[in-house]
Amino acid sequence: MGRRGNIGVLHAISLAIGLAALWWLLSGYTIPLILALGAGSIALVVYIAHRMDVIDHEGHPIHVTWRWVTYMPWLGKEILMANIDVVKAVLSPKGRVHTSVFRTKATQKTELGHVIYANSITLTPGTVTLEVEDGVMIVHALTRGAAEGLKTGEMDRRCTAVEGHPEEDR
Amino acid sequence: MDQTVFDFLTWLFVIPGGLLLIIGGVGMITMRDVFARMHPAGVIDTLGAELILVGLMFQSGLSIVTVKLALILAFLFFTSPTATHALARACLSAGVTPKVDEEKSAALSRGGSS
Repeated sequence: MGRRGNIGVLHAISLAIGLAALWWLLSGYTIPLILALGAGSIALVVYIAHRMDVIDHEGHPIHVTWRWVTYMPWLGKEILMANIDVVKAVLSPKGRVHTSVFRTKATQKTELGHVIYANSITLTPGTVTLEVEDGVMIVHALTRGAAEGLKTGEMDRRCTAVEGHPEEDR
Repeated sequence: MDQTVFDFLTWLFVIPGGLLLIIGGVGMITMRDVFARMHPAGVIDTLGAELILVGLMFQSGLSIVTVKLALILAFLFFTSPTATHALARACLSAGVTPKVDEEKSAALSRGGSS
């Protein structure tokens, strides 16, 4: 309980800091009264999140942040290539549009890892995740290239790397 | 003078972004079924929105507005695939099956169950 409790406090503090930064960046106020109201709302939100028991490694995944930063540029490049592919398919669909539905393996161990992978697939134009089952994603692909690209499993490998070793991070 | 440079950069990003929105819109109309239409919509969500927002950032300069634009971009990147996935699932639950060129086994045999 002690260890878990400490980590819970850590997550709550990090959530509060994140909310405070977001609140201030969106409002830009420096009037004390308004700032106090903001602090009050943040305290309320953290309290409600605590009551709902959603302050944990999953709802507030600070442990993947740094690995996420290294994953982003690669994902950005993939999104760019996929956009070009889909734009070509829209402009000249003949011979390019080749829809398919297939299953692909998801090697992530946690639900968070599955979410990262499924969202990455859907975020990349040309592929949409239809369903997530245990260790398997059902994917709809618009073109042959999009399907082949996903079947190489590189995105799966990288998402598993982002997820890291969940047991150590908890 | 500086403003001219930033204006140029804005146009450099906003014009391709706008073109992508049009192409995405055309794709959403011309694709064969609802699942295929989701892919051009993805172009709008990702590169189209990204280019326009980056173009607008050149107008706002180093200010709080730029931070807000960056936040919009970040939230868009998390929410749009979630919405697309929800739409796909809703279609499957409603009994809409994707038209596929490649009948590769029954990948969707238990599709639609939730």
